[in-house]
Parts: sequence; structure tokens; C-alpha cells
Amino acid sequence: MKPIATTRSVTGIPTGRLAVWWVIASEIVIFGGLLSSYIMHRLGHPEFGDYAAHTKTWIGATNTFILLTSSLSAVLAHQAAEKKDGKTAFKYLWGTFAGGAAFLCVKSFEWYHEINEGYTITRNAFWSFYYTAAGLHACHVIGGIIIMAIISFDVRENRELQRVELIGNYWHFVDLVWIFLFPLLYIAK
Amino acid sequence: MADPAHESSPHGAPAHDDHAHGHGEHHEENFFLKYLWSTDHKMIAKQYMFTGMFMAMIGGFFAYVFRMNDAFPGMHVPGFGHVTPAAYNSLVTNHGTIMIFWVAMPVLIAAFGNYLIPLMIGCDDMVFPRINRLSYQVFLLSAVVLLAAFFVPGGAFGGAWTAYPPLSAQSQYNMTPHGAQLWLLAVALEFVAFLLGGINFVTTAMNSRAPGMKMFDMPIVIWMIVIASILFMASVGPLIAGAIMLFFDQTLGTGFFDPKRGGDPILWQHLFWFFGHPEVYVVLLPALGIVAEVITTFSRKKIFGYKTVLFTTFATGLLSFFVWAHHQFIAGIDPRMANVFTVTTVLISVPIAEMMFVYIATLYGGSIRLTTPMLWALSFLFAFIIGGVTGIFLGASGADIFFHDTYFVLAHFHYTFVPIAILGVFCGVTFWYPKMFGRMMNETLGKLHFWGTFVPFNGIFVPLFMLGLAGQHRRIWSYEHFPELSRPEFYHMRQFATVSLCIMLASQALFIFNFFWSLKAGKPAGKNPWKANTLDWTTESPPGHGNWPPGKLPTCYRGPYEFSVPGRKDDFWPQDEPN
Repeated sequence: MKPIATTRSVTGIPTGRLAVWWVIASEIVIFGGLLSSYIMHRLGHPEFGDYAAHTKTWIGATNTFILLTSSLSAVLAHQAAEKKDGKTAFKYLWGTFAGGAAFLCVKSFEWYHEINEGYTITRNAFWSFYYTAAGLHACHVIGGIIIMAIISFDVRENRELQRVELIGNYWHFVDLVWIFLFPLLYIAK
Repeated sequence: MADPAHESSPHGAPAHDDHAHGHGEHHEENFFLKYLWSTDHKMIAKQYMFTGMFMAMIGGFFAYVFRMNDAFPGMHVPGFGHVTPAAYNSLVTNHGTIMIFWVAMPVLIAAFGNYLIPLMIGCDDMVFPRINRLSYQVFLLSAVVLLAAFFVPGGAFGGAWTAYPPLSAQSQYNMTPHGAQLWLLAVALEFVAFLLGGINFVTTAMNSRAPGMKMFDMPIVIWMIVIASILFMASVGPLIAGAIMLFFDQTLGTGFFDPKRGGDPILWQHLFWFFGHPEVYVVLLPALGIVAEVITTFSRKKIFGYKTVLFTTFATGLLSFFVWAHHQFIAGIDPRMANVFTVTTVLISVPIAEMMFVYIATLYGGSIRLTTPMLWALSFLFAFIIGGVTGIFLGASGADIFFHDTYFVLAHFHYTFVPIAILGVFCGVTFWYPKMFGRMMNETLGKLHFWGTFVPFNGIFVPLFMLGLAGQHRRIWSYEHFPELSRPEFYHMRQFATVSLCIMLASQALFIFNFFWSLKAGKPAGKNPWKANTLDWTTESPPGHGNWPPGKLPTCYRGPYEFSVPGRKDDFWPQDEPN
């Protein structure tokens, strides 16, 4: 028996979903503050374009593809959870997990080479923003896949299926942040 | 809408029976589980309240030390010793930081939010009790980190609570390499705690209201805490990003705020005040809410304009995002920009003034009862109006160029923050003490404490207004080298302010005594000692586990301020009475 607080739903929206949307809203302002600081700097410093020329666009593009694919897997997991098919949802959740892990591997490979070439976080303001923004995003990827792994085992037993949708919402948000980061950091040269 | 039949079913799962036993009885829990690991919103509220009050004593002690140094330069301050310039800087910095982030925030939002939201909306707990517990634990950790900075090599951070770079970013300037990082870490942890808490406040008020309670049946204090939580969530993000950048500047040696390396120190000011100004309203709104409850209850009158208060609050919240640069009029921003921010700043005084008028109109023609909470509420209105009116001087960019960073500014924001964090908090604590602890506080001691706080409060800050107008700058350790500011009459005013502060601090002993003495010796309060209408007064004092006996959760039939309704025997009409 759950406490009454958790079972009521005056708005008709499940409380968990409401909370996840509030989490995403507060995350949007965190990334919003960081990215608008970056954009203001960028507008004031045309030389950022030259620094950005040293980013590896094809690696960024690969990662964009990986992350978008992992979001597809999250959607399929949600679809399965709607049909109360926990086993299939479990598989798709781990598909998303694999996507997130692959993203992080590619990112490490990329940073390893960039740091070796001397493009470190202290090189100039562009690279500081580059590592801070992508790093903060990567922390969100790490957090997301850990939560996904934890909830997947309940989902496999058809328990707490609503969590598939909640983690999916979060994952789409992480994906969306990358959709902003990729053009801002890699493409705009 | 929840199903009342389901809720009131006395025959539930075994866990439900457990719940039933809990009410009104003491759990056989050990100390750790009961006081440190509790998920009960009332216990978490008390944890926040006591931590906040403990921090207030530390913040008050800091004020005492640096005011003594201001009034009697070079003296050996009793209880502290000689105040060095570095100690002075870290005391003023941490006084500001503590009073805003570790006193106003935890007591007004977290303590009252946690205590009142479930009780006032007729629910048994917060919707996420474990997140609630985590929120307090992170908050406690943040307080420990902040205070730990006083014991590391170099001492605590002294670059002002606004932490402007380069002073905050580079240790060759602030000379507190560890203190600056610990300060930043503590503030960041505190933000995490309040983001976790805020999600609980918003979702609980949205989703767990009692059957029959519509949005516009919620007491104003609940609205205010919810809106404040949303304002906090919407404004703190950029500062979290800024804190990460500042932390990297401090530790990794990046140059986000260093113009030599392509950064911009003004960027921090924008990120800080984009949060910092809404933050004023984040703490103001709950205090206004508390005052609304107290004023209506002790005027025995319906609030003059319930929806007016709410709509002006929405307007205030919205406008508060467009005023931040009024803190930066002399930071080299474009004068055309300064004009825009002058307009928005003067504009925001309109909804706030409207709220003040509503409160005063509520008093008009009421049967006013001058109880201790009511005295606090009235003094809040008095002091906050002075704070608001002096703010208009500062909002005008032309005048602000002269006033900037003088004691006039300092006195102005103390005339807003003291009503919020001191008068508002005492208003709430004395009003809900009977509910929290089941006993009444002593009224005579309460009134003595009120006058002993309110009169010296004016004695501190009225001289500081005058000193500010005479050109006395803030954050100066000693005026010895400023002949214009070292005249004897200036020292007399500083000494008057300091003596007032000592009287104010000494008066707090009355409150502490009254608080603990009444726990044992106070008159039993009963369910509804003030004859108020809201749902929190319909259960036992103090409420048991689950707030109401199982199956007895209230249903709401009307708004919260139906006082003195013609044709009724009583002059109040609780929200849960069918008619």
C-alpha cells in the first residue's frame, strides 16, 4: 500500500511523469545558461570559428547518429512497455544502454586525440566551452545509462513499467541537448 | 481526482494497518531512524527549521563581530578577538551567504513548504518522501562544507557573497585557495538540495490536493511556496552552469572569466544576477504567504483580493527575470541597456505595491487581534514598505551611480531581507508553533521578544541609510584612511547601529527560552487555537504519522478565508465543514 500522496492525481498526469518533466525543465535552464553564454562569446569572438575548425566533424556526426539510434531504441522500449511486454522492453532498454556506452567510447577516443594534439581545456575560451559543454552532456549520458540499467531488471519482470516512459523522456532530452551541441561546437566553423 | 472511497477504506493491505497504528502513537523507532532518517514531511520540516536557526545564530554572530569592528576599530571583540582584514572579508561574505542560502531558503521554503503543503492541501505526506529526505541530507552536507571552509589553510572565502571574478576565480587575489572552492561547492550542493525539494513541492501541490480542493481553494502561502520553487528552478540553471565554469577557472585554470584569455568577467555578473534577483522573490513570496495567512486570521476578514494577490505574484515572478542588470549599472553595461532595466525595475514595484495594498485593505474594518504572530505580520508590512520604497531610488540608474555599493544599498536590502528572513520567519514560527508542538507559546515573552527585535532592527539600519547617503562604502575593513568617513559623528552613528544590533541579538534569548520552555510548560493548544480555516487546523496538534487518522483525510468545500460570513454562528468557516 502506497501512501495516499503518491496515489492521488488531481491533474490526471501521473506524479512521476510530472516530476520528470520538472527535472527536464530545470535541466533545460542549466544547458540554456551554458549555451547562451557560449553563443554570446562566439558572437563577440569571430576567431572561435578558426578554433572550431580543429574539431573532428565526422566523429561528432558518428556520435549524433549513435545517439539518435539509441533514442529510437528507447521509443521501441516504451512501445513494448505500453503493451505490458516487459521482456521486449528490457531488450530495447539495453539497446539504448549500448548506444549510450558507444557514444561515450567514441567521445573518449575523440578527446584522447584532441588532448594529445594540444587542444586541452585551458588552450582558449573555445576549447574551455567545448569540453565543459560536452562534458556536462556526457555526465548526463552516464547518469542516464546507469538509471536505465538499474530499472531494467524490474521492467523485465513486468514491474514498474511506467519507468520505461520516464527514462525515455529523459533520454530524449539528453539526445536533444546533443542536437544543439553538435552544430554549435562542430559544424559552425 | 482521487477516489475518496478508496482512500477512506479502513480495510487495506497489512501495510495500511501499520499506518493506522502510527497515528497518534509513538513509533518504536530508534533515534537514528526517527530524527535523521525520517521520511515524514513534518520531521524533515523541523530538521530544516532547526538547521536554519542554528545557521542564523552563526550568521548573527558574524554580524556582531564585524559590526563591532566597524564601530570600534581595532578593538578586541569579546568572543572573537582582533578582526584582521582577511577575517573581516570572510565574515561579511559568509554572513551574506549564510543568511540567504542557509537561513532564508531552508526556513521559509523548505521548512514551511514541507510542513504546510501536505497539511494545508489535506494529504498524508509529500509525493516523494525519499527524495525529500535526500534533499535535507544534501542540504546538511552543504552546511558542513560551508562551515568547514573556516578550518582549512587560508581560511574561508572573503570575496563577497556575489563572488565576482577575478576575485573569486584566482587565488592570488582572494588568497583563500581552498576556502573559495569550498564556498562554491557548498553553494552548488545547496542548489541541488533545493531543486530536489522544489520538485516535491510543485508536484505535491499540483497532484495531491484533497478531494474538492480546486487550485483557487489553496491557501496563499501554498501558492507562494510553489511559485517560489518554480522561480528558483527557472533561474538557478544559468548560475549552475556559471558555477561549473568558475570551478574550472579555480581548479583547472581555464579562462572563462579572464579577459586576457578570451573570457569575460561580466558574464559571471549576468549569470549570478539572473539568478540573484529572482532569488529575492524566491524568499520573499513564502514570507508574503505566511503574512497573508496571519493577517486574515487575526483580522477575522476574508482576504481583500485572493486572485489579485495571485495574479500580481505571477506578474512579479515573470518580471523578476527582466530586472537583473540593475545590479550592474556601474559594471560598464551599455547606458541604453541601463534605461531598459530601470524601466523594468520600476515596473516590478507595481505588482508588489498592489500586494501591499491588498494586505492593508484586508486589515481595514477587521476585528484585529494583536497576538504575537500578528505583530510580526504588521511589522513585516511596515519594514518591507520602507525596503521597497528605497529600492526605487536604487532602481533608477542615474541615482544608483551615486548609491552603488554604499551603506544605503546595504540598509535597503536589509529592510527587505530582515522582514523576509527574520520578521516573516518569526511570524510563521509563532503562528504554527501550536500546530508543530501542540502547545501555545507564552504571549508576554513573545511580545517582549517582538519589541526587542523590531525596535533595534530599525536602530541598526536607519543610521546606516544616513551613512550611505554620506558616502560610506561597503566592505571596508577600516575607515582610518578615509578622513571624510572618520569624523566623530560618523563613529557615533556606527556605534548606535552596533549597540542596537547587540540589543537585538540579546533579545533572541527571550525567543529561545520561550521556544523550549513552552514545549514543556505551554498551554495545550488543541486542534485550532487561532480559529483559522485552513485544513492544517483540522487535525491534532501535533499531527500524528499520516497527518489525519486513516479514513479521516479531509474533503475541501470552500476557499481558505471565509471569516465572519454573515448568518453563521462562528466567525470562521473551516474548509472541511460541509456547511
